[in-house]
Amino acid sequence: MHPYIANTPEDIQEMLKAIGLENVDQLFDDIPKDIKLSRELDLPKSKSELEVSSYLKKLADKNCSISELTSFLGAGAYDHYIPSIVNHVISRSEFYTSYTPYQPEISQGTLQYIFEFQTLIANLTGMDLANASLYDGGTAVVEAALMAAAYSKKDEIIISKSVKPDARKILHTYAHVQDLKVIEVDVKDGVTDMEALDGLVNDNTAAVIVQSPNFFGIIEDLEAIGKVAHKGKKTTFIASVDPISLGILKKPGDMDVDVVVGEGQSLGIPVSFGGPYLGFMAVKKDYVRKIPGRIVGQTEDLDGKRSFVLTLTAREQHIRREKATSNICSNQGLNSLAATVYMVTMGKEGLREVALQSTKKAHYAYEQLTKSGKFKPMFDKPFFKEFALTSDIAPEKINEALRKENIIGGYDLGKEYPQFENGILYAVTEKRTKDEIDKLTSVMEGI
Amino acid sequence: MKVAKGLFYTKDHEWVKVEGDEAFIGISDYAQHHLGDIVYVELPDVDDEFEKGEDFAAVESVKAASDVFMPVGGKVVAINEELMDDPALLNQDAFENWLIKVELADKSEVEELMNDEDYEKFLAEEE
Repeated sequence: MHPYIANTPEDIQEMLKAIGLENVDQLFDDIPKDIKLSRELDLPKSKSELEVSSYLKKLADKNCSISELTSFLGAGAYDHYIPSIVNHVISRSEFYTSYTPYQPEISQGTLQYIFEFQTLIANLTGMDLANASLYDGGTAVVEAALMAAAYSKKDEIIISKSVKPDARKILHTYAHVQDLKVIEVDVKDGVTDMEALDGLVNDNTAAVIVQSPNFFGIIEDLEAIGKVAHKGKKTTFIASVDPISLGILKKPGDMDVDVVVGEGQSLGIPVSFGGPYLGFMAVKKDYVRKIPGRIVGQTEDLDGKRSFVLTLTAREQHIRREKATSNICSNQGLNSLAATVYMVTMGKEGLREVALQSTKKAHYAYEQLTKSGKFKPMFDKPFFKEFALTSDIAPEKINEALRKENIIGGYDLGKEYPQFENGILYAVTEKRTKDEIDKLTSVMEGI
Repeated sequence: MKVAKGLFYTKDHEWVKVEGDEAFIGISDYAQHHLGDIVYVELPDVDDEFEKGEDFAAVESVKAASDVFMPVGGKVVAINEELMDDPALLNQDAFENWLIKVELADKSEVEELMNDEDYEKFLAEEE
């Protein structure tokens, strides 16, 4: 008998008898014989728990994480400091084990933190309201595009190539099945080519999507892009933003942006080899009936006490699903709680401090790395916490040399942008020290 | 159930009130009664053009949400913005509170609709 399977051979026989079968193999009779494996799996003999756990630990230890290495890698996932209160709060079992509530009003605590998350995101972005969160920054971009198409009843989505590549790929995937036309605008000097954009916006344009700071770390001129975007009739201007940058940058809500989305990983969520992350979406009031996902509202119960409910859910999601712009009925519960605790802990001043330190240190790194002329800046534009450099040396070679010194190098831009071959994107957060940046510089100068 | 005289009706319970080359379009008393308390009305934009039979609006109540279809083709010249703020007006008087006003694309389409007497008969069969 297998140690973890409680059924004895007698139990199995009895169960088979009850359903009228002779042996377990007959359960799989529907699978054609020629695709069935007719021998035992080629696996070693079973191991003890001790052997398995030490084997797996050995494998796991091959992974290197940012806890033992110094990271200058960003490109959408950032090594910001996570105050320890975040993990303490989200580890409480009331939060940690609960799924997004399907009988929501019974979970007042969950609804309250979602309400607070929405309020924080709406305030941070300067928008009228936010939803309870989405899966990640990429799908948030897509949900915004679908909403814009439903809002305007048009099918052309214009997206800048300075939006992070994975978000654009997800958009293409969805657009393909939703019969939407995605048009990508080229990048000029590291920002969205305004002339090209101007030529593309017309009365069929459902949405114009940009990212700021963009994939290259550069701050896009949202006001100018908004003016061009709004030349289209009922065109939605969507901006994807890094929430940390809003500690010092002007709020998108003050710059005529209709929908703000973004990746919330920076807000107290570990990079975790790529996920799970946190998407957010905040909109102007005009979109309140179209915004996908859940929205929690504040109300009063029978006794006049403050309480929370799910509200304003587009009916389409439940009873007219064929008309729905989105079928997202869930949210990224635990990570939105982490972001809520992070934002409340940091406060306005703390967030400003994180943003300021990140940008100051990024600019220090930029100055040090470009000093000798061996590494040249790719663009000459204002940047936030990331910047791109180029040289004659192949990115793999640079990153290998850094890795030997326990440093994770930057992102190889040539992978997604062939025109930027040999370009590397470096991210510098408030966690990096002067010593670490100087070490990065000396290793790179020595290659 | 109230049926207003002089209007034209569809089997989907929309009504049309013709005024020259223009017409008001709304939902009937029967429709509002069956929907129950109406909480939201989604209206098109002025200048939108619709063909006969196309859905141009949606009415949402506490128990249902349904599309409203064009009884006749036309171009929207006005929408009843009061309904956006107070959708319950439709429950109070579905004939007084029109949804949209259109410029008729083809006046002869009105002839294909039921008059108030036909509609009353139709409702009697429905019940």
